[in-house]
Amino acid sequence: MTVDIQFIVNASSYIGSAIAMGFGAIGAAIGVGYTAAMANSAIGEKPDSSGTLFKTMLVGQAVAESAAIFALVVSVLLIFRKVPAVGLHQAAAALGAGISMGFGAIGSGIGSGIPGGQVCLGLARQPAFSGRLIITFLIGSAVSQTPAILAMIVALMLLFIDFSNDLITAAALLGAGISMGFGAIGSGIGSGFPAGEACIGTARQPELAGSITTNMLIGSAVCQTPAIFSMVVALMLMFMKFSHAPLNPTWAALIGAGISTGLAAIGSGIGGGMAAGGSCEGISRQPRSVGQVTTIMLVGQAVAQTPSIFGLLVSFILMFKAFPEATTVSAAMALLGAGISMGFGGIGPGIGNGMAAESAAKWVARNLEKTGDLMRTMLVGQAVSQSTAIYAMVISLVLIFVV
Amino acid sequence: MPVSIEGADIVKAAAFIGAGISMGLGAIGPGVGEGMAAAKACEAIGKNPEQAGLLTRTMLVGQAVSESTGIYSLVVALLLLFVV
Repeated sequence: MTVDIQFIVNASSYIGSAIAMGFGAIGAAIGVGYTAAMANSAIGEKPDSSGTLFKTMLVGQAVAESAAIFALVVSVLLIFRKVPAVGLHQAAAALGAGISMGFGAIGSGIGSGIPGGQVCLGLARQPAFSGRLIITFLIGSAVSQTPAILAMIVALMLLFIDFSNDLITAAALLGAGISMGFGAIGSGIGSGFPAGEACIGTARQPELAGSITTNMLIGSAVCQTPAIFSMVVALMLMFMKFSHAPLNPTWAALIGAGISTGLAAIGSGIGGGMAAGGSCEGISRQPRSVGQVTTIMLVGQAVAQTPSIFGLLVSFILMFKAFPEATTVSAAMALLGAGISMGFGGIGPGIGNGMAAESAAKWVARNLEKTGDLMRTMLVGQAVSQSTAIYAMVISLVLIFVV
Repeated sequence: MPVSIEGADIVKAAAFIGAGISMGLGAIGPGVGEGMAAAKACEAIGKNPEQAGLLTRTMLVGQAVSESTGIYSLVVALLLLFVV
């Protein structure tokens, strides 16, 4: 059976377009809905401020909606872009672009909805500080959009750059899309937590607006690391030359490299965000605690980032190790399995570490004398939570080096 | 490039992918669960610092139990890799 390559490329573009829009709509819809829900509850509390609250809700919804609009743009481009088909790598690039944009928009949609909702609650509490609150909210939700923008950049690069025409490049492009798409979810959701807590915190303690915003920015910057790791892996997969390597099992190594960093980044992004959210909440309760709370937030976030660093490590091994040519399916599946193990295995420990750090930051603020005890408990708890990520890494390394 | 498809190879391939899926998905729950235990332990120590020793012990016992499913996944992954 022969199928014209043009048909395959067109079909992949249409599937990619559906993935981009379908998944890309999830996050924005949740974020917009959350903003509306919180605005309603705020108007219920303070019907006199309904005008300001209504306007703020619309601004918040517009920011959260932008993730879906990025997805719409990429989706429409995938449908109407007319390219003469020369090889299957174009089909992989179209699918990769769809995955990158579709999954990449989920996190930012949810993440920028959180501050949109919280700022409405804050405004109901402190209508007099609406200007300061709206600035905090706009900064916070702009930072939450970053992962979606990174995902859109990778998707557009996949669509408009001419890659070399071979099957290994096709696998690498698919891996790049997977890495960036999934990798953006965690950072997008995560940076919504500090932004939301900063809005509520500024309403609680307007005179602390400066130090809360600083803390939020430090926290959400650290939150972006997993998305940036994913982008680094995506760019390496796009621009390194793998063409000389044997097709089997290198194709599986490259897709596995994308899965490993992309999925492991979900947990670290969410976890880092929880730590930053706890820290913003703590500072707004106890202004004296800024120093200790920021320290414990950074330590907690650093531990929460470890699963994504393990993921990055496994990806690097999969990309840089020269695998001997194999004629078996099992050689390829071992490498794909390595990516799956580390990728999924990194999600839980990242979130768990973040929970521990969130709670530690909140309670250090309330009980400053016990910073030492809390730091110790947090680290012991995180170490145990980390263990499953280490098992996952061990299984990945066994799959790569032993079997 | 020809890729040979024979029964034993397919079984091995399935075992390798299965090991990855087992360990990968199996690690999600314990990670989250142990984090919850640690979070609540920090909260309780913040409220009641004199009981730090008791709370840390309870946290560790709880986490050890939560860890068990992660270890089951590890065992299954290792069985798939080295035994079957």
